[in-house]
Amino acid sequence: MSWGTVGTVYAKELRDSLRDRRTLVSTIIVPTVVMPLLVLVMGAVAASIVSSARKEIPRIMVVGGADSPGIRAELEGTGRFRVETASADWEALISERKVRAAVEIPKGFERALESGSAPAVTLYDFEGELSSGIAVGQLEDFFERLRDRATATLLAARGLPATVARPFEVRETNVAPPEKRGGNLFGGLVPYIIILLCMSGAMYPAMDLTAGEKERGTMETLLCSPAARTDIVLGKFCMVLTGAVAALVFSLVSMGVTLLILRPLFVSGAARAAAAIPTVDPLGILGVLAMVAPVAVLFSAVEFTISLYAKSFKEAQSYLTPLIFAVIIPAGIGALPGIELSFRLALVPILNISLACREMLSGVWHWGYIAVIFGSTALYAAVALALAVRMFKREDVIFRT
Amino acid sequence: MIEARLLTKVFDARKSGMVRGADAVSFRVEPGRVYGLLGANGAGKTTTLRMIATILRPTSGTAVVAGHDVVREPEKVRRSVGFLAASTALYARLTAREMIEYFGRLNGIGGAELAARIRLLADELGMHEFLDRRCDKLSAGMKQKTSIARTIVHDPQVMIFDEPTLGLDVMAARSIVRFVRECRARGKTVLYSTHVMSEAEKLCDVIGIIHGGTIRAEGTLAELRERTGETDLEECFVRIVAPEAAR
Repeated sequence: MSWGTVGTVYAKELRDSLRDRRTLVSTIIVPTVVMPLLVLVMGAVAASIVSSARKEIPRIMVVGGADSPGIRAELEGTGRFRVETASADWEALISERKVRAAVEIPKGFERALESGSAPAVTLYDFEGELSSGIAVGQLEDFFERLRDRATATLLAARGLPATVARPFEVRETNVAPPEKRGGNLFGGLVPYIIILLCMSGAMYPAMDLTAGEKERGTMETLLCSPAARTDIVLGKFCMVLTGAVAALVFSLVSMGVTLLILRPLFVSGAARAAAAIPTVDPLGILGVLAMVAPVAVLFSAVEFTISLYAKSFKEAQSYLTPLIFAVIIPAGIGALPGIELSFRLALVPILNISLACREMLSGVWHWGYIAVIFGSTALYAAVALALAVRMFKREDVIFRT
Repeated sequence: MIEARLLTKVFDARKSGMVRGADAVSFRVEPGRVYGLLGANGAGKTTTLRMIATILRPTSGTAVVAGHDVVREPEKVRRSVGFLAASTALYARLTAREMIEYFGRLNGIGGAELAARIRLLADELGMHEFLDRRCDKLSAGMKQKTSIARTIVHDPQVMIFDEPTLGLDVMAARSIVRFVRECRARGKTVLYSTHVMSEAEKLCDVIGIIHGGTIRAEGTLAELRERTGETDLEECFVRIVAPEAAR
């Protein structure tokens, strides 16, 4: 093997790729501009939807309750609801999102409340719908206060303090440091994004440098040169790896800069304050980047090998697209809460990285598992690269038409 | 010099089973001579040439090119060979200069030597006007000149041409024919495959007629005429590969 030849092939592929609009779009423009913009826009839209849903005074309907005018008057008096008497089609109106919720007040509720034996109040909502959920939450809050007041009145009539019904309070306090909270919150998402970026960054160069060359007729030109097949593969592979790493670096830098500089301009003050509290362990980020190195090699080699087999760019695309699902599924499983790292899972490619990165971002370092994951991923990457070299030497692959 | 010794290539085609692309092909080409491999499409010309250029590995047999064995020393063979085919395209996003430089470097030439070599080739082929233009912006003739320069940047002893005029217009095809003659004049060993009879008549010192993967006849144009009793090369060719059609 000649490193000089590998360098010559790599330098040519780099120059060639930098002049290719499609490669620039997939490895630089999309990760730098589109991804952060997508995250920002989605965040801003989500914040705006939640904020407007919270500001809205929900339209609710009261079913029954004709003999409990005090309750209805009190509901109206809060100013938090637009209260209407239920029409015949109130259920349909909730489903059509014209009414947010309904409350059914049973017959004789007010009188029964004074005696302390009131029947249950039923709330009706559109489950999973944001505004309906907020309206029901506010109704629950209203009836809880009403219950507390009724309890206190009943107890006072018997000469007892209100604390009899509520002898102690339960409080919740966080003791986890901000970086652990941040790691727990974002730990599942960050490796998922990184894995996808690595894969998408390597995809276009992998197809262009293999199936694309076959299609354009330049592969045979290259094979006429005295460069050893292994040197050609390594030079091309380095370019594919550069694509994966470039997509990752551009995306991380761009996202970081976007969050630091632009985020305050887009996101409301309250949302910013809430999001700013949890942080991520900076050492964890370095750890994630170190763990990503063998993953980038693995993806580059796998995508290179698959594309090499394809006769044309289009065929390579049709082979690589399903691969995205093969990657998303384990990466997504790793992002799910409740899945813990174990020796067996440490050997499962992609899922292992996803789990380890989540732990590292929380500031938890399982050195044994990290070594197993790094070693196994490096081994898988080496096998994939060896397979790529082997495939490149096969005439039925290179001259597959 | 090229010496092919019983070169055989068997392809494993899934639909049609084992296919012999070339079957015990033997011939010899001396320096300063042009050997023409004349055959119809699918006769085995490209397979034979690819084995000699070490792009394909022979199933059996071998060839010695400029003193190197194609099976045992493929990289040394490629260093001694310039391979030009209709199917060997240029990198569209590189300039003509970058294209020649790339192949110069792959052949182990660099620095001042490479720069001087490119200058010389640009002078000889008249490339200065478009040397720094991207290959996808070049005309067919300019592309042809760039391909020639790429092929000979390392000044190989052996030149292999696989249907190099395929798809070219008359002017571009003439420049290839002229270039082949120059190669012969410079003492290079030239192997030229074609299915165009007039090209073979004009260029080749010795013609090997290949059909079904085997060499059916070999000799100078005069020898082939004498053997078949025909004066026209096309008639000679048909009489050799399909005698029943010639009657």
